[in-house]
Amino acid sequence: MSVSRFIAAAILATALILPHADAGEVAFSERRSGSTFMAPETQAMQSNDTANPGMLGVLDGATLWGKTIGAAEKSCASCHNDASTSMSGVAARYPAFDDTLKRPVDLEQRVNLCRVDHQRAPPLAYESRELLALTALIGRQSRGLPIAGGTDPRLTPFVDKGRATFMRRQGQLNLACTNCHDDNWYKRLAGSAITQAHPTGYPLYRLEWQGLGSLQRRLRNCMVGMRAQPYDADAPEMVELELYLMSRARGMPIETPAVRP
Amino acid sequence: MLAVAAMLGLSRAALADALRPYAIVDDAIPLSLTGADGDPARGRAVVLLRQNTCLLCHSGPFPEQRFQGDLAPNLQGTGSRWSGGQLRLRMVDASRLNPATIMPSYYRIDGLQRVAEPLRGRPILSAEQIEDVVAYLATLRDQPGKHE
Ligand code: HEC
Ligand code: HEC
Ligand code: HEC
Repeated sequence: MSVSRFIAAAILATALILPHADAGEVAFSERRSGSTFMAPETQAMQSNDTANPGMLGVLDGATLWGKTIGAAEKSCASCHNDASTSMSGVAARYPAFDDTLKRPVDLEQRVNLCRVDHQRAPPLAYESRELLALTALIGRQSRGLPIAGGTDPRLTPFVDKGRATFMRRQGQLNLACTNCHDDNWYKRLAGSAITQAHPTGYPLYRLEWQGLGSLQRRLRNCMVGMRAQPYDADAPEMVELELYLMSRARGMPIETPAVRP
Repeated sequence: MLAVAAMLGLSRAALADALRPYAIVDDAIPLSLTGADGDPARGRAVVLLRQNTCLLCHSGPFPEQRFQGDLAPNLQGTGSRWSGGQLRLRMVDASRLNPATIMPSYYRIDGLQRVAEPLRGRPILSAEQIEDVVAYLATLRDQPGKHE
């Protein structure tokens, strides 16, 4: 990094250090995406589609979108036509309340409901290439649109449970999500910026993973770090946490597929 | 079981050990948990080992360590600020000193929720490791030119 770039970065970093409360949720006006903590090179990788490795997943998803599968012999496109119109804004309001199940489902679960109910095909495994690709494609159609998570009043009790989980200390290290992501977001855990844990970019390409991963995978990483027993992929606590994070990030733009260190 | 323990970096000592009894006097545990003095050189190694988590939050006089956290005070000089007994209670159960602390309790197994299965019922560090760390921290004194 050149000296002038370094100084510019340092000034920017200082300007970004805002007054902060010592406990409780991050103030609305202080919210920042994880991407604002990244090195300029990583930011450039995210914003340039030809350099963003997550775009491969989106392209893969576009192929799967048109593929006929299952006993119903239908593709996603058979019912939803062009994803760029039918899926615009959809990811920005998930997890959403499912009328049949009477509970929130996340985007992964929603895709699998269509696989099983509408395509008559087996559900895709969590973190499988196909499920990541389809959710990346759908998420991409909300890029730049404001997150509208948790606005449905039927979701309120589930958002509240997610918040309670976020605030509860867990694991052998006896830490809560809030201890890091509300109280210490501007600090560094060993070498890593802690950030405010906004779910703006999922599924995203994480350099450490060398691949795409879901929000659930990221949450499991933090739980393992706390030495807590991670929740199962289909546990209600997982969707509640995702929902709380989306409601906490309401209004922030979707970045899918984002890049993170 | 032992393979899992090795993966998670548990020492055999931590596995073997039910918690030894200790007495808190004011803000300190005056007596060694093992009845013996710890070894500062071994204590330094415990502090620097990533899996023991200190450097996630703390920095200290370890210029060779590239990634150090800034969630907690620099450990330089801690041996001048606190007695051995105070450092021992801080290591055993920092929440006794400050209920809101984020510093984990390294020698405690009760009152924890959803601990990862293979770690349940085990302290983060063994009594021997606590004594080694206490002995090491006591050497971190604020004397210019005489670090460590
Ligand atoms: C046979 C028609 C059909 C097929 C095939 C189908 N879906 Fe759906 N999809 C629906 C219907 C109908 C809904 C509305 C919810 C419901 O009734 O299940 C829906 C809802 C959705 C939603 C939520 C939209 C929103 O606004 O909340 C997503 C996302 C979705 N589908 C993705 C997919 C994907 C990805 C595939 C292919 C893997 C697929 N669907 C295949 C019929 C279909
Ligand atoms: C000890 C501190 C700590 C705790 C406790 C913690 N995290 Fe994290 N979290 C981090 C760090 C550090 C990162 C960034 C990792 C990186 O970039 O390598 C992170 C990243 C994240 C992200 C990714 C944000 C983005 O920009 O993509 C989310 C979401 C998140 N955490 C949620 C949680 C949740 C939910 C919990 C509680 C179950 C939790 N974290 C507990 C330290 C913590
Ligand atoms: C999750 C963060 C975290 C971890 C991990 C952690 N600490 Fe701390 N530590 C703190 C905080 C915060 C303080 C400041 C006092 C307080 O809040 O309790 C502190 C205070 C201390 C102090 C007193 C410092 C002084 O001079 O005032 C010592 C000594 C100490 N820690 C040693 C350790 C050692 C050794 C380890 C590893 C075995 C460790 N800590 C792990 C967060 C942490």
